[in-house]
Amino acid sequence: MTLLISPIAIPLLTATLCLLLRDSRAAMRVVSLLGTFALAYAGALLYLNVETAGPISAQMGGWDGPFGITLVADLLSATLVMLTGLVGLFVVIFGYSDLTFGEERNGHMVFAQVLLAGVCGAFLAGDLFNLYVWFEVMLIASFGLLVVGGKSIQIDGAVKYVGLNLIATTAMLAGIGLIYGASGGLNLAHLHQLLDGRSGEPAVLMAAALLLFAFATKSAMFPLFFWLPAAYHTPSHTTSTLFAALLTKVGVYTLLRVFTLVFDLQHPLIQSLLWVSGVLTLAVGVFGAIHEVQARRVLAFLVMVSIGIMTLGMAAGDVAALKGTLLYLMQTLIVTAALFMAVGCVAYLSGTERLDEMGGLWRSHPVVGGLFVLVMLGVAGIPPTSGFWPKVVLIDAFASEQHWGLVIAVALGSLGTLYAVMRLFSAAFWQEPKAPLPGLMLDFNRAAPMTALAVLVVGLGVSAEFLIQVADSASASLMDPKLYVERVLGARE
Amino acid sequence: MNSLVLSTITRILAPLLLVFSVFILLRGHNDPGGGFIGGLIAAIAFILISKAEGRRQAMVALRVRPLSIAGTGLLMAIVAGFWGLIAKGAFLKGIWPLIVYNADGSKGGLPIGSILLFDLGVFLVVIGGVCGIFFNLEKAVGEDTD
Repeated sequence: MTLLISPIAIPLLTATLCLLLRDSRAAMRVVSLLGTFALAYAGALLYLNVETAGPISAQMGGWDGPFGITLVADLLSATLVMLTGLVGLFVVIFGYSDLTFGEERNGHMVFAQVLLAGVCGAFLAGDLFNLYVWFEVMLIASFGLLVVGGKSIQIDGAVKYVGLNLIATTAMLAGIGLIYGASGGLNLAHLHQLLDGRSGEPAVLMAAALLLFAFATKSAMFPLFFWLPAAYHTPSHTTSTLFAALLTKVGVYTLLRVFTLVFDLQHPLIQSLLWVSGVLTLAVGVFGAIHEVQARRVLAFLVMVSIGIMTLGMAAGDVAALKGTLLYLMQTLIVTAALFMAVGCVAYLSGTERLDEMGGLWRSHPVVGGLFVLVMLGVAGIPPTSGFWPKVVLIDAFASEQHWGLVIAVALGSLGTLYAVMRLFSAAFWQEPKAPLPGLMLDFNRAAPMTALAVLVVGLGVSAEFLIQVADSASASLMDPKLYVERVLGARE
Repeated sequence: MNSLVLSTITRILAPLLLVFSVFILLRGHNDPGGGFIGGLIAAIAFILISKAEGRRQAMVALRVRPLSIAGTGLLMAIVAGFWGLIAKGAFLKGIWPLIVYNADGSKGGLPIGSILLFDLGVFLVVIGGVCGIFFNLEKAVGEDTD
């Protein structure tokens, strides 16, 4: 019980304390660091528990499922909660140096903690309606995070972001209503039983389409991706890192969860939609990343490339492809955070974010350059980094099912990604700078989390066995959710 | 806005609204009502004061800064959740320390417990949140026209 509540209650409590202590910058910093540390610790405990004992569930207020509010953690959600806590911890430390006084005073830390609570809540929610509530929590918190800087470009990005996401959550609510009308249930495990063999009914298909629309918008799939490149480069680097690492991944996670447990991922209609959307997401991501000259806009499109690859994994839909998708999902959380943080450091050192104005950092900061190379290899998926293994697993899965088109798409996508990050790297480190560099050094708060994440990117690549095992058993339990259902509803049926 | 009618009516209406909001808060225990709608009604009282007497006067009437009220409310709701967890082993479980069971099986005493604490938390979050947003908007508009 406590294990499942703490990843949600700890950040909420931290947010409350930060709100009450908002007059003192030092107190807010201490509280948010301690709170995020506690979250990471609670996530690790949750992971260890689920890893040995299997899925665990808890009913809020003691009202039994399927009618109570259910929290569930299986191996996939527990691992994601753990990684969320870890990334959150690094981001909080990074923010100490990166955030301006105004952003901290306007409540960056409060919103960041609420966002963490929303993300963990979405990972742990056991029924559709609470999933919707956590999505709204995330939406409100991310709107706050986008505008705490108070610049007009941030408001512009935030309006696009909230506009599209509001449509998505409304569609989600409509889909949930349809599902409830058609089946009389909202609990995911209960719906798994209620909708067994009914995946072809018009109401169910319509609801599936609405939810697919909502989750595809959340994860920035083609053609619903506009909000992502419009908003990700406007706020502070801390906020960008938090968003890029977590938000789109929640979309992919919920898509995987709902479309294996409630709907049928292998329905031909959904399959073909995911196929087309995946390939186009990949293509738009690669071309956008090659075209852009603003560093964080390049990164925003690179996030789309990773979403495209995961969509293709879901489009193939068999156990092996899902294993690759989950592996990709878990490692991309770390890699994306590392990449955004590395670019945050580079932008700080060169005083600009435009690729054509950067340059010359290799001479003055070779260590930062070395770390950047590691992160870059991780994004492009080149050994010895963690980005390599999911692509191997995915391509292997596609090839064994004769999906040659998908193999080619992933290979070309990786090549394009490599080109885009190389371009970023050579612009920032090798090119002759237009203006003399500001001559800054990285402080501890920026350098330490970036180094830790870069080390993690390599470490998870060298000892890949850990994540591969998690992905292996998590994908098996996604395809056969008997134990999950049993742990939520009890073994009575 | 300087309107004699509005400020006179406000002096009568604002206390009535506040009392009514508490009534709605308590009524929500078994009937339609509760912390959210009660909080909105209470917020209307303060917004009315700020419309009639100005934002500063409404802040004085509120005594505590709006966001601190919201924070306190959030804290109360979380405490109510943990109360259930610690006492009965389920987060947000209702705890009724003042209910007594009579010998004939009927219930007596006061239905006051963790649920009321939670609802009171919601009440304060809504007052603090709505007043905070309204006063800030009011401030932004005031800066533009001045």
